[in-house]
Formats: sequence, structure tokens, C-alpha cells
Amino acid sequence: MTTITADDDHDPHAAHDDHGPDKGLTRWITTTNHKDIGTLYLWLAFIMFLTGGTMAMVIRLELFQPGLQFVEPGFFNQMTTMHGLIMVFGAIMPAFVGLANWLIPMMIGAPDMALPRMNNWSFWILPFAFTMLASTLFMEGGGPAFGWTFYAPLSTTFAPDSTDYFIFAVHLMGISSVMGAINVIATILNMRAPGMTLMKMPLFVWTWLITAYLLIAVMPVLAGAVTMMLTDRHFGTSFFDAAGGGDPVLFQHIFWFFGHPEVYIMILPAFGVISAIVPTFARKRLFGYDSMVYAVASIAILSFLVWAHHMFTTGMPVAGELYFMYATILISVPTGVKVFNWVSTMWKGSMTFETPMLWALGFIVMFTIGGLSGLMLGVAPVDTQYHDTYFVVAHFHYVLVTGALYSIIAAFYYWVPKWTGHMYNETHGKIHFWWSTIAVNVLFFPQHFLGLAGMPRRIPDYALQFAEFNMISSIGGFAFGLAQVFFLYIVIKTIKGGEKASDLVWEGATGLEFEELSSPPPYHSFTVAPDIK
Amino acid sequence: MIFNKLSERLSAALAGVLSMLFVSAADAEYALNMTRGVTPISRDLYGLHMIVLWICVVIAIVVFGVMIWSIIYHRKSRGAVAANFHENAQVEVFWTVGPLVILIAIAIPATATLIDLEDAKTNADINLQVTGIQWKWKYNYIDEDLVFISTLAQSSRDVIKDPAGHENYLLEVDQPIVLPINKKIRFLFHSDDVLHAWWVPALAVKQDVVPGFINDSWAVIEKTGTYRGQCAELCGKDHGFMPIVVEAVTQGEYEQWLVDKKAEAAAIAESADKEWSMQDLLAQGETVYKGNCAACHGPTGAGIPGVFPALSNSPVATGDPAGHINIVMNGKAGTAMAAYKSQLSDVDLAAVITFERNSFGNSVGDMVQPSAIKNSR
Ligand code: HEC
Ligand SMILES: [Cu+2]
Repeated sequence: MTTITADDDHDPHAAHDDHGPDKGLTRWITTTNHKDIGTLYLWLAFIMFLTGGTMAMVIRLELFQPGLQFVEPGFFNQMTTMHGLIMVFGAIMPAFVGLANWLIPMMIGAPDMALPRMNNWSFWILPFAFTMLASTLFMEGGGPAFGWTFYAPLSTTFAPDSTDYFIFAVHLMGISSVMGAINVIATILNMRAPGMTLMKMPLFVWTWLITAYLLIAVMPVLAGAVTMMLTDRHFGTSFFDAAGGGDPVLFQHIFWFFGHPEVYIMILPAFGVISAIVPTFARKRLFGYDSMVYAVASIAILSFLVWAHHMFTTGMPVAGELYFMYATILISVPTGVKVFNWVSTMWKGSMTFETPMLWALGFIVMFTIGGLSGLMLGVAPVDTQYHDTYFVVAHFHYVLVTGALYSIIAAFYYWVPKWTGHMYNETHGKIHFWWSTIAVNVLFFPQHFLGLAGMPRRIPDYALQFAEFNMISSIGGFAFGLAQVFFLYIVIKTIKGGEKASDLVWEGATGLEFEELSSPPPYHSFTVAPDIK
Repeated sequence: MIFNKLSERLSAALAGVLSMLFVSAADAEYALNMTRGVTPISRDLYGLHMIVLWICVVIAIVVFGVMIWSIIYHRKSRGAVAANFHENAQVEVFWTVGPLVILIAIAIPATATLIDLEDAKTNADINLQVTGIQWKWKYNYIDEDLVFISTLAQSSRDVIKDPAGHENYLLEVDQPIVLPINKKIRFLFHSDDVLHAWWVPALAVKQDVVPGFINDSWAVIEKTGTYRGQCAELCGKDHGFMPIVVEAVTQGEYEQWLVDKKAEAAAIAESADKEWSMQDLLAQGETVYKGNCAACHGPTGAGIPGVFPALSNSPVATGDPAGHINIVMNGKAGTAMAAYKSQLSDVDLAAVITFERNSFGNSVGDMVQPSAIKNSR
């Protein structure tokens, strides 16, 4: 069909690296190029981020004051559900896949991803999945309103008809993720330039390799859960229906067996990004590379063994609760190692604070706060008081917003000069950082207090003693939302033009993408394998 | 108007932040921190929470302190030159083993508290069965043969658009549960429909309420008073509107309350035997409808298209009384429509059915008498 065949890319003698992409829309629909697909993923993630963010604004608007002013409770539940689903599956995950597409071939000295056509498919499934998911909001009975964790039987016997669309959308997202993961693994294991041994790979590549295995392991579990929901809803099974001999708690076990590794799917690549940025701006090699790799691997393995810490109040036996408590708090050991290593990388460095470094430092501080509140939540008896309150909401927004999202934004500022050949505007980047960071703490820090004072999560209205902190939180929310509109402006402006970036981009940059490739890089990254020292 | 209110709230919010910064820790504690509660377990949990919190604060201070130190002193603009080290086996072992020791120090008291927390089965003085129902709680004093349903008070529902100044908004119910102090109370939890969670922070009881399972938990309340809580597990549309109120009283007051409450129940049961007038049925029916049915079928009987059917012009609500009585009493399996015979009295059932047949534009004109309900039980 296309005139570019994958084989051409492997022929080191053909002077194909200058032939450039197709023109117009077909370029984007038929593309098999890792950079184009990376760009598509990143734009999809951004659009989804703004969509899910708009829903968050609706939530914070309703919670601005006590009383029901703007939306009905049923619609409020649809907003919290969709906000969660869209941010997890539509924003954070695709953004990391976008980064993987752009960066992995350039970092390991490969011309492209190993399976370019599958790459195209795994992207193009997603717009359909999310259109289908979003369309449920306009159906009779409304969209999914059972939370992003969709616990049965609220999501089965008691769910609106549109739930079937939700199930199908989740299936599509799962297929896309698994295809993306297979591609990452095939690329990393087969396409490294000669001399690029596993223990020489940049940490971003390592974290993605491990993440890809996690994806392949758990996305089928998620698919299983939604399929069991489907058969419960329509084909007479009773997996989760107590009246038919089923077990509603089984749903939670299955969901969290997927869900807990999923949490690490959203944070391991972030570790990779931070491990690239901090050494560059500290002008010092990453401290403890080997222990970083082992820490990521142990976090990944432990992530399969702790799922029921989301279920301490379901009525588990004491022995089960004790085991899950011990296993959970154990994860803070390898996670701590990572933070200590980043801090040691800065120690006795020669630091400068360009925008990517600011976001990375923001990540380290606020991810640590989220990690410490996670340690508190892991202490099973006290989780009796924390569970399902705003304390949990605060915790996971610290790790996902100021964790995962901050790393994605840091990655954007760090690599966008390489991708486009244009420097972003440093003043704008810094304003974006400080504005976001102040706002996000006004938004989420008071939620710790709300949770401790007894405010449950997922409620559209609350008692009067929660009024002040909710109002503060909402104000922070609107400010944070606005800051991301400013980010959209920065992104577009940087793509359109800007000061010319040098090939190395950053004084302290290391890695093949900076040392061996021009800014912007050629359409096919490495047509000749680079020399690895 | 709106702006006045807004500025009022904004200044309250500002005052909140300021008090957070300046007011003494003891005063601020109420809004900022976990409650100490009124049970032995709640105190243990508070203590454990504070220990772990302080450990976290210390870790944060050390980590961020080192970070800030290097940000200040190891910056290029100060002429710092990067050192060359990039590993050190000793420190790496140290900060793997160090945290491990801290974790063990946390795990030991946590284990003891957890085992205590789960000890509901032994030596209970009172057994209280709690059933979660969309969106209310049913309480069964098993040893006393006393059952009633507790829902959000009408006074909270009335101010839902603008609750400013309404004390205990969303945390008040029509019928609170009353429990004696210094007795071990065992709660048995069960759900009739979806998951809920029964949570009263001051008692440190939070337990999921699961269909098909009976979970348990316990509390010994050490101080008289009124303790409020909420459903903590998303359970559908009105998840935010199913509060819990516990009144802890002395043993004597508790026994008196039992006597009164049982007499009240007997009077209600008895009133089923008398003939009711249309007017009385309609008046009673409206109250029952607002408290039990309006959440789904809507205050005007319009329902929610695609989820909950409308009752105005409904073939069931305007058709044969037997069919109408049947769906309200027995519900419909596999849907959100519950079997109300286990929740409402004969009088309330008769009243709400009569009300539905003659409201929202329905004008069947007939009456359902409580005796008819009693006979079809
Ligand atoms: C939790 C939501 C919920 C509550 C509360 C509820 N209902 Fe229903 N009701 C339903 C649903 C759903 C149906 C439709 C069942 C079906 O699929 O046939 C229904 C059906 C009905 C019908 C039959 C309507 C028709 O046209 O088929 C009547 C009558 C009715 N309910 C009366 C009541 C009364 C009286 C109450 C209060 C005591 C009540 N409902 C409370 C959800 C609810
Ligand atoms: Cu509930």
C-alpha cells in the first residue's frame, strides 16, 4: 500500500533517511513511523487530559459550596467515574506510550519500533474506544456512574444500559495496551544497537521494558473482569451476584489484581524520566544505576503481591490483612531507594534549574509526599479510618498528578527541543511550573485534612464542617486547570517555532538521542547503528 | 445576594487557612486531624496514626533537607563543580536496611492493634444487625426484637439547595440508633442490594456492607454523646445522603428507650387494624414517598428515563391494585426496586401505594387499606 516498506529501513546503504513523511491527513492515518505515532499518542493524551480535566472542574464546581447547586448526584457520579477512567486510560497511559514511541528507538540506536504496523493499529484503536466511552454520557440512563473501580454489583445488576459500551471500550483499550507492550518488548530485546547491553540501557528504557511486562500480565485480567460483568449482565452467570451464589468481593480481588500493578504501570516510566533529567541538570552521573534497575524490578514483582490493601474493610480474615499490610509497607523500601538515589545524584553536583529540572524536582518532593501517605494507608488497622475518604483522594492525586503527570510534563520540556528543533520559551515554562505547583498544592493538600476530618470520597455534597477546605481545594483546582490551558499554548507555540535548539540541547545531556542525533532528528532515527562506547 | 454569600464563604475560607497557621494545635486538631474518638480502638488508631505520621514527617524533613542543601550549595551559579562518584555500596545497603528497621517498628504495634480490632466475636453484650439499603440503613436489635429504618432527616432534604447555617446538614437522621456506654457492641453487617460501608469515625468502625456476606465489627463506647457518620462506599445516586447517627447513653436510659421504642412499634402495628380515611392515607403516603421512593422515582413521580420508571401514568401504578401492591411489597429481583415489605409497616405501605395511585396526575380514586397489606403478608 505505502511506498515505504519496513525493509527499506534496515538497508544501511539506501539513502532513505531523507525521504520524509507522506503529506496531509493520510500521513497520520497510515503512518508506521515511531515519531509520528508518538506524536499522535501525545496529542490524544493531551486532548483526553483536557477532557478529563473539564470533568474535574465540574466536580470541583459542585463541591465549591455545600448544597447541590449545579449538577444532580447521578451526573456527579458519572463525572467522577469518567474523570478517573479518562485520566488513567486516556491521558497518563497513552502519554507514556507516546514517550516510549518517540524515545525508545532513539535511545537504543534503532531506526524505528520493531512492529511498525501493529504500532499504527494500537494507536488508532484508541480514538474509537474513547469516542465510544464518552458517547455513553449522552445515552438514556447516562454513562457509567459506579466509579473508575466499577465495583459489582453496582456495575452489573444496578448499572445503566450504557455499561455495555463501557465494557467494550475497556476491551479495546486493553487490546491497544497489550499490542503497545508487545511492541516495546520486541523493540528493546531485538533492536538495540551492537554494544548496547541491557545494563547500559537508559533507565527510561528499563522502566518501560518492565512496565510492558506488567501490561501484558494484567490487561488480560482486566479484560476478564469486564467480560464476567458482561456475562453477569446478559448471559445468566452469577460471578458477582450473591443471589445466584456469586461473590461481589471476588470482583474486587480481580479488579485490584489488575489495578495495583496498573498503578505502577503509571509510575515506573515516570521513574525513568526523572532518572534521565536529574543527572543532566546536576551534571553528574545517575547515582546507583544498578540498584535503580533492581529497585524497579522489585517494585514490579511486589506490585503483584499487594492488591488487597485496597480491600482492608471488605471483611478479610486477620491473617490476610496482616500479610497484605506487611507486603504493602515493604514496597516503600525499593521506592525509598529510588528517591535516595535521585537525591544523591544531586549531591555535590553542579545544578542548574531549567524548566525540566523544576518539574523533576517538583516530582521528587511531591511524589515523596504521596509515597509517605501511601505508607500510612498501608498500615491496615489505621486504614479503617482513612479508607474511602479524601485522604485517599489526596494520596493518589499526589502520586498521579504531581507524580506521573509532572514527569510527563518534565519529559515534554526536556525532549521537545530535540523533537522539534525549537526551544520552548524558558520564562513561560517557569511560569507554568510555579503556577501549577502552587495551585496543585492548594488543590490537593487540604484534601488530606478533609479525609482525616471524616469526609468520604465520591460524594456530591457534604456537611458544613467541610466547607472551608472544599472551597480552598476548588480554588486551587480552577487555578491548576487554567495553568494547563496555558500549557496548551506553550506546546503549540513551541511546535510552531522558537529559538533553534542545538543537537546536544542541554549542556549536561547524555544518551544517544542527544549525542548522536540532530535536533530535530531525521525521520528514521538510526539508519546506521551508532557506536556504543 | 449571591455575591454576599460568596464573599462570606470566601472570608470564612480565608479564616480557615489563617486559623490553620496560627491557632494552637489543640484547637485546630478538630478540623485538621483524625478524631481521637470514644472507644479503646479509636484511641489506639489515633495513636498509631500519629506515630506513623511523625515518622513520615521526619523522613520527609531529612530527605527534603538534603535536597534543599544541595539545591542551595551545589548549584552551578555558585561555582559548584560536579563530583565524580556514582555509587557507594555502603550507603546503598544502609538506606535499604534502615527503612526496613523503621517498617518493622511500625508493623509491631500495627499487628497488635489489628488483632484487637478484628476481635468482634468474643464477649459481645449487644448484637446489632445493620443492613445497607439504597439509600438508608436498617437496624435490627437482634436480642430485643426491635427493627427500624433510619434515613436522612427531612430537614436536611429541605435545605439541599442552600444549607448555609443548617447545623448537622446531611448528618442527621429521622431515627437515630441508641446504644449504651461501656458495653461491647457487636455490629453485624449485610447488604440488601449494592456495597455500602458503615462508618462512624468516633467509634472507629468502618466496615463494608456486602450482599451475600455478614461482616462484623465491634465498639465499646466510653462516653455519652451523639456520634455521626456516613456511608463510605459508593452505592449509587444518593451515596452522599445516607448518614448514621449513634446516640450513646447510660444503661438506664438505653433500657427506657427500648421500652418506648417497642411501644411505638406496637402502636404502629395496631393502627393497621383500623380503617383509614383517604385524607390520612394521602398525608402519610406523601411522607413515606419522600423518604423512601423519591430518590429513584423523583419528587414528581417522573423517574429518571432509562434508569428508574416514572410513576405518573405508569400502567402498574394506575392499574389493578394487586399488581401495584405486589411490586411495592415484593420488589423486582435483579433491579433496584427493593421488596418494601421488609422495610415499611402495613400502614406505610398502604399509604404510599394509595398516594401513588392518586398523585402525579394519577387519579385512580381507590384506596388500599393497611388491613389489605396485613392480609397479603
Ligand atoms: C433504588 C431505587 C428505587 C427506589 C428507592 C424505589 N423504586 Fe420503585 N422501582 C425502581 C425500579 C428500577 C423499578 C423498575 C423495575 C422493573 O424493571 O420493572 C421500579 C418500579 C416500581 C413500580 C412499577 C412501575 C412500573 O410502571 O413498572 C412501582 C409502582 C414502584 N417502583 C413503586 C415504588 C415505591 C412505592 C417505592 C418507595 C416505597 C419505590 N418504588 C422505591 C427503583 C426504585
Ligand atoms: Cu451506601
